[in-house]
Amino acid sequence: MNSGHDLGGMMGFGPIDTSHQEINFHEKWEERVFALTLAMGATGNWNIDKSRHARENMHPGLYTTLSYYQIWLKGLEKLLLAAQLATAKEIADGYQHASAKPDVKVLKNNKVLDMLMAGSSYEREPLASNRYANGDTVKTRNMHPKTHTRIPRYARGKVGVIERVHGCHVFPDSNSKGQGENPQWLYRVKFTAREIWGDEHPANDLIFVDLWEPYLER
Amino acid sequence: MPKHSHDHRHHGEGSELSEMELRVRALESLLTEKGYVDPEALDTLIDTYENKIGPRNGAAVVAKAWSEPDYKKWLLEDGSSAIHSLGFTGRQGEHMIVVENTPETHNIVVCTLCSCYPWPVLGLPPTWYKSPQYRSRVMIDPRSVLKDFGVELPKNTGVAVHDSTAETRYLVLPMRPEGTEDWSAEKLAGLVTRNSMIGTDILSIPGGNT
Repeated sequence: MNSGHDLGGMMGFGPIDTSHQEINFHEKWEERVFALTLAMGATGNWNIDKSRHARENMHPGLYTTLSYYQIWLKGLEKLLLAAQLATAKEIADGYQHASAKPDVKVLKNNKVLDMLMAGSSYEREPLASNRYANGDTVKTRNMHPKTHTRIPRYARGKVGVIERVHGCHVFPDSNSKGQGENPQWLYRVKFTAREIWGDEHPANDLIFVDLWEPYLER
Repeated sequence: MPKHSHDHRHHGEGSELSEMELRVRALESLLTEKGYVDPEALDTLIDTYENKIGPRNGAAVVAKAWSEPDYKKWLLEDGSSAIHSLGFTGRQGEHMIVVENTPETHNIVVCTLCSCYPWPVLGLPPTWYKSPQYRSRVMIDPRSVLKDFGVELPKNTGVAVHDSTAETRYLVLPMRPEGTEDWSAEKLAGLVTRNSMIGTDILSIPGGNT
């Protein structure tokens, strides 16, 4: 969706605050939101693409002004509601009013490190061979889905060159809608900054974007 | 279920807690009460990224690449295997790509759509990396972003910006400063800053003239 999260090339946000660079969490509640989000994600009630969509699917003005972990909290609340793990009243007052959803897979303390160190690969067995190879010229589709996608607006309708074939990866556009992983070939695509932003940009500046095959055409 | 010690849902406790603090504590109490989260697991998650996993891991990768040409070759060809071989595995680092800075090209990493970042080698992203300021401007005007960090590139160096739009994660291999030819990998690692592995810093010997 074309929303406030798709920030590449937007103007007017001002200088970058480079102070307090070593601090992960500025306030105590931020670390709890971080941990709650990871722990609830581990219950398997949603996938990473659904959680990204929950965070970006809000008023653009809100997205660009809320703090990072305020956005995470809003996202988590939406996911809990959608998965029927909590009711709106429960989230509002913090008390349990409805019985817990049965058979929720709880992340136990003694499993945390295993879970983090194992990670989860997003590469899948391909169902078809890759359509493009290194060095091929491609054009990105001019597409504007109202649902989750990972092709930024600035990269749509542009000509680039395949730099690397990453493999066949879970396709966020499908996975975010609960339509399955629908694995697609993923490519690293090279663009000149001039192709994306115009001729005033330095001739030797480049932009690399990871894009799935359904975003591309010849 | 018995009320556990951190039940903070009552607003009238006379505490100075902020609205956000109260809201988050209420949510944690609810999810604990419903049996969905193990509060000790939350503490471990936080402790891991506060104290155990951070940019020293990435610095070790960089120093090894500078010291061992075969490792560097492997790292640039197959970043995942080369990094995982050092034990830096797991969440947000499953698919690693390493991009090398050269006199011709300076690399910078961003996630314009959210905050994707290679956790196993760099830890959690700094606030600036997640900010709209950085995410919006680095793509269209990377040199002005570098200026915010006090970095100026040679005139003829091109900038390559990498947008982390997939589950691939990027690590920049910075240029090794001149004058470090006889340094051990351990000493080299001490030179490598977190920002240099994102692309918002270039390295020099402290007090040196490079």
